[in-house]
Amino acid sequence: MKIKIGFGILVFFALMALAGPLLIGADPAATSDDGLQGPSAEHWLGTTQTGQDILTQIVYGARISMGIGVLSAVIANLLAILVGLVGGYFGGAVDEVLSVLTNIFLVLPALPLIIVLAGYLPQRGVGSVAVVIAVTGWAWGARVLRAQTLSIRRRDFVQAARASGEGPLRIIFFEIMPVLLPVIATSFLATVVAAILAEAGLSFLGLADLSTVSWGSMLYFAQNGQALLIGAWWWFIPPGLCIALIGTGLALVNFGIDEIANPRLRTIKVKAPRKART
Amino acid sequence: MIVLEGRNLTKHFTSARGPRGRLGKRPPVRAVEDVSIALRAGSVSALVGESGCGKSTVARLLAQVYPATSGELLLRGEPVRAHRGAAFRDYRRQVQLIFQDPFSSLNPFHRVRYHLARPLRIHGHVRSDEEEHRRVAELLERVSLTPVEQFMDKLPHELSGGQRQRVAIARALAVEPVALIADEPVSMLDVSIRLGVLRLLEDLAKESGLALLYITHDIASARYFAEDITVMYAGRLIESGPSEAVTQSPRHPYTRLLLESAPDPDRVTPRDTARHGEPPSLIDPPGGCRFHPRCPVALPVCSTEVPGRTELGEGRWTHCWQAETPELTRG
Repeated sequence: MKIKIGFGILVFFALMALAGPLLIGADPAATSDDGLQGPSAEHWLGTTQTGQDILTQIVYGARISMGIGVLSAVIANLLAILVGLVGGYFGGAVDEVLSVLTNIFLVLPALPLIIVLAGYLPQRGVGSVAVVIAVTGWAWGARVLRAQTLSIRRRDFVQAARASGEGPLRIIFFEIMPVLLPVIATSFLATVVAAILAEAGLSFLGLADLSTVSWGSMLYFAQNGQALLIGAWWWFIPPGLCIALIGTGLALVNFGIDEIANPRLRTIKVKAPRKART
Repeated sequence: MIVLEGRNLTKHFTSARGPRGRLGKRPPVRAVEDVSIALRAGSVSALVGESGCGKSTVARLLAQVYPATSGELLLRGEPVRAHRGAAFRDYRRQVQLIFQDPFSSLNPFHRVRYHLARPLRIHGHVRSDEEEHRRVAELLERVSLTPVEQFMDKLPHELSGGQRQRVAIARALAVEPVALIADEPVSMLDVSIRLGVLRLLEDLAKESGLALLYITHDIASARYFAEDITVMYAGRLIESGPSEAVTQSPRHPYTRLLLESAPDPDRVTPRDTARHGEPPSLIDPPGGCRFHPRCPVALPVCSTEVPGRTELGEGRWTHCWQAETPELTRG
């Protein structure tokens, strides 16, 4: 059930990001004379101070926000898989070095670092923001994967593969990694949530590329235009709600995967006991 | 011809947990102490002992899953020194290990074809896809998984325990080893299919001149299956010889205990359970003969000095202070 609701939310946003801009067709940055209007038949979600259509911005912003989220989650997970599996499998000095590296990135305060890094970026495109978020966000995944690898490398099928002459890289990526796929999937989804939040945070602070429309930059402009003071709720609630919803959707799917991968977490439906007949 | 020989193999494990001894060091687990064992081409030898006596450690030492603390390994009379690189890979190619649990020794994500094709590819036994298909089919046929086409594309969870163990055996054979070490190959299998798997192993040893080491806790199956039996207790070898001789007239009191504990439908009188006791801790094993706290015929010397090897002729030997007085050890 959880996974279905979560999946529904994600499919909705994915369709919005992929097909939405084609349906709407308007330019999200285009200004008009109807500034700061509430929701109406013409502008379903109202307009901004400069008369931009909020719905158009939300739909286009979905592309940027989700794109950055997925892109940086992909980069972060590749790093996590590489560091976690290699360290966990080889052990010894390799593991020591990689563990120290992971721990350093774990204790680094992520948001301030992102802000500093983003501030120094020569150009703040979608790609560079995604890389910055990924670089600060891979360490948890690496740690979890390392711990799992430590237990799996002792299993018989890994020993057997080694005994039949498989090389270490082949063992890591063909014997151990498939077993870890549920873990990788959950950590991927968790990173997507974190990356979308981080992107929104960066844009809100004005550190991302403000010329592209994302949910975070919408919030930034709403804050700048003092939407809250004016009472223009339609300006900041839609992007905030979108971020919250997509986070909920991903978290629900994550719980669902957890329940499938780990039967002990499954909620068992118990029928109400029949009244005892005497 | 002796194919694989271990001389004075010793393995101590350092435990990761548990109380620290003096100087903050954790005492080692003395899993295997001074074990010498030889495997001959085309013959089946058995290593028998109860749970936790170090049988599996011996298997893994022989297969070089981990290096021995001390002692040496000889493959066709040549000492094995390499622990990595091409020479080590060559050793792995010659000596293969079959694991106890067929449910964990096959990767759940790979099909039977993959399990068998990988060793063939790694060791360059096949060059083309066509040849690979042919060789995989041959291997499946050798372990009687027929019709082969049906088994090739199955995943491990679609197979029964016996079928999985056959796949594991086929995988070991794919490497074309000269020695095969089977660590309790049938203990996780249903009783009704054990005999089939054992017969298969026996035929393979006979047909292809493999040296097979059969490791088990079941001395009755060792007697049926192996030509020689070596008995192990608490990390040490205690008796060895041709299987009929060892099982008919055991010379070490522990071997007798082991034989008595095997179920026998013909035995009417209840067996004496008074002196059975527990196997000792391998962190702090008893001094002298490790069996002395449980031994019905122990002498004072047994608790102080390790008995040396007493040769009894016809390839038999035992480690027991009472070996010269057979009427005592025979009970």
